[in-house]
Amino acid sequence: MPVDVNLMVGGEAGQGVQAAGYVMAKALARGGYYIFADQDYESRVRGGHNFFRIRAADREIGAISEALDVLVAFNGESVDLHKKELADKGVVVFDKDKVKNIDGSINHFGVPLEQLAEDAAKNKIMSNVVALGVTMSLLDYDLDLLSNAVSEHFDAGDAGKANVAAATAGYQYARANFKGDFIAHLSPIGQSKRMLLDGNEAIALGAMAAGCKFVAAYPMTPSTSIMEYMAAKADDFDLVVVQPEDEIAAINMIIGAAFAGVRAMTVTSGGGFCLMVEGLGLAGMTETPIVVVEGQRAGPAIGLPTRTEQGDLEFVLHASHGEFPRAVLAPATVQDAFWTAVKAFNLAEEYQMPVIILNDQYLASCYATVEPFDLSRVEIKRGQLLPESETARSGEYRRYEITPSGISPRALPLQQGALVVSDSDEHDQEGHLIEDAETRTAMMLKRLRKLEGLRKEIAGPMTYGPAQAEMTLIGWGSTYGALKEAVDLSNRDGLKVNLVHLNEIWPFPAEAVTRALQGTKIRYAVENNATAQLAHLLRAETGYQVTGKILKFDGRPFSPDHIVRELKKEVA
Amino acid sequence: MAKISDYAGKPPAWCPGCGNFAILTAVKRALVELDIEPYRVLMVSGIGQAGKLPHYTRCNVLNVLHGRTLPAAAGAKIANPELTVIAVGGDGDGYGEGGNHFLHSLRRNHDITYLVHNNQVYALTKGQASPTSDLGFVTKTTPHGAWMPLNSLAVAIAAGGSFVARGFAGDVDHLVGLIKKGMQHRGFALIDILQPCVSFNHKNTYAWYRERVYKLEDTGYDPGNRLAAFEKSQEWGDRIPTGVIYREDRATFEEQIPALKKGSLVKQKIDPRQVEVLIQEFL
Repeated sequence: MPVDVNLMVGGEAGQGVQAAGYVMAKALARGGYYIFADQDYESRVRGGHNFFRIRAADREIGAISEALDVLVAFNGESVDLHKKELADKGVVVFDKDKVKNIDGSINHFGVPLEQLAEDAAKNKIMSNVVALGVTMSLLDYDLDLLSNAVSEHFDAGDAGKANVAAATAGYQYARANFKGDFIAHLSPIGQSKRMLLDGNEAIALGAMAAGCKFVAAYPMTPSTSIMEYMAAKADDFDLVVVQPEDEIAAINMIIGAAFAGVRAMTVTSGGGFCLMVEGLGLAGMTETPIVVVEGQRAGPAIGLPTRTEQGDLEFVLHASHGEFPRAVLAPATVQDAFWTAVKAFNLAEEYQMPVIILNDQYLASCYATVEPFDLSRVEIKRGQLLPESETARSGEYRRYEITPSGISPRALPLQQGALVVSDSDEHDQEGHLIEDAETRTAMMLKRLRKLEGLRKEIAGPMTYGPAQAEMTLIGWGSTYGALKEAVDLSNRDGLKVNLVHLNEIWPFPAEAVTRALQGTKIRYAVENNATAQLAHLLRAETGYQVTGKILKFDGRPFSPDHIVRELKKEVA
Repeated sequence: MAKISDYAGKPPAWCPGCGNFAILTAVKRALVELDIEPYRVLMVSGIGQAGKLPHYTRCNVLNVLHGRTLPAAAGAKIANPELTVIAVGGDGDGYGEGGNHFLHSLRRNHDITYLVHNNQVYALTKGQASPTSDLGFVTKTTPHGAWMPLNSLAVAIAAGGSFVARGFAGDVDHLVGLIKKGMQHRGFALIDILQPCVSFNHKNTYAWYRERVYKLEDTGYDPGNRLAAFEKSQEWGDRIPTGVIYREDRATFEEQIPALKKGSLVKQKIDPRQVEVLIQEFL
């Protein structure tokens, strides 16, 4: 029997939902399971309702599936909200002294969680870790693997020991009281050498591997954890992370730093990006290489601050006044997020332009097991950087020299023999401001010419499923995992479905997309937004129209099951 | 040795008689007197007539957006602290559009020199009120007169400025001295420069300023006392003080960053393999 188990930990903010969920995922990953986990939280520090969903399987997975095998409920509200999601044999693990709304129709395991935490660790706050022990026991999982993950997460010191005691108490309680009532038998299936990390961590690692030395960013969900991760590592990795007064300062700071010669990045969400738009144009005009991570959340304005959406695609494509080249990359998976970050820095420097990584709340905070990134494959392509030996010899330098590729060799300030002059006004080849029509035209053409080379660097769409299908799903960015599984589920159910998915969006890979769509009959745009923004772009760039749209803009990610249900409705 | 001719740039497009000419001369002289070669200097400027100054000299230049001079200058300084960074802008640019950056750059104490050409009017857009226009100053956009002016020096002292000074474009020798002091200061040096606008400000003219300005150093004033400096910053009207109003010795932003202790970020090698230890942490 293939293993495929869905677990959810639910409770209030402050009850340790995230910690319990993360440690469970980590312990399962250590035992060789593939993990996919996502998080749902509210914009509050205490109270409300949060959940952490984990799917563990013995094959690679890229999305959560809806039916819950286990619901670990830290409060009654979690039971009320999620009991309808339980699978036929799904069970609820809960604190029997606190949660009283369990009706007899639900399979349940009531445990005195707080009492056990108090007895084992003298701290009832550790009831979340007791629940973890109970759950892993019911899954017939290995206690040592769990204890190690607990101890690592809560530090090896006294806190770690107390938490291990709490986990062990829960584990043994379940062994003693629910003899033989296993939900599943998840014995470890080998020593995992996979990483468990979320999309933001993958972006941060990718940026650091690519040699990003400067980050300026203003905290904004869902991108804050990128800057927090990098700030924590900054002193050991010789990088600088600055939290300035606002997003406007952030983008202008990285422009200053990139102009001086370091790889620089800012991270934000749509609202913060709104403030950065003017700066984006400055990077375009001055041809300064910067990387901007835009982690989309549901807008407009403050919208749903902690929730996901793909509502900013057309915004980032067109952000800022005037016309200038840019690249827009939209990572599809956690693994892809790392390589996207690496590529973003290379494209930014090779083509001397802003590169936007269009992330979203879902990918930012979902965890996946991935093979360790092979750092020997990380290429650093800094583009045409003139060495000081050359500028010192020639003594002549023109920052915006007109070239066939549109790319002007770059010198850095404080290089002997080269004075680097950059201007936000239209400028001549030396960088000084001009107003004449001829120079303006030449400079616009020079900048836009960079797109010709850039176009060749942009990957075509990822395709999945049978080559010949009756229906083609078209998606982009973080929905890849759900779409891929939806294709499998649909084909299993007798539909003939395949997928064309973009993770590199601008310059639009029109030829490759056209090839991928040739011969398709029915095309569905599947997007986490209300207006099918990729479908607009597709029509503008290729002439292909979609025949239907499956859209979701409630702040929640797609599940494969949801996509299949919608598809079946369309077919019916 | 740096020479004035090293700093010869394009001919300025300012109005004849503009106070900016004197500021340009003073900046060049200060750089030469401190013997700094053009390739070591980065001038970052905003938008307005003042923002054009770097084009009229020779050095590294980053001319940015209206009001965004300071964050861009700070980013460049952090990336390469070996650069001599001079930020240049006007009163509308720095105190209006860039007001938030002004406050926080003072607080952070980046090691840059900030020259504010304060002509109390928007000149590039042809004569509207600025944040420092005198009370009641009538323009096309303020037909009932400008509101109370922003006291930028008082704000600078309150916001944690470590070097706060005022110069006058009508006294180049004095201004040269101030710019040199500002550049030698460890930290953020604000030099607000009274700059007569011959086209759009017919109130605050050379003559108007000349009747009022005096030099603090002639009065035995001690710029080391923050409260006294705050009091001095309130003086405007019949008498206008010039010179260093406040100065303190405080660690710069850049000095406090561990990553910069090994030198410029620009010179650090990129090696993806360094990240291997982090990958291990996720296993």
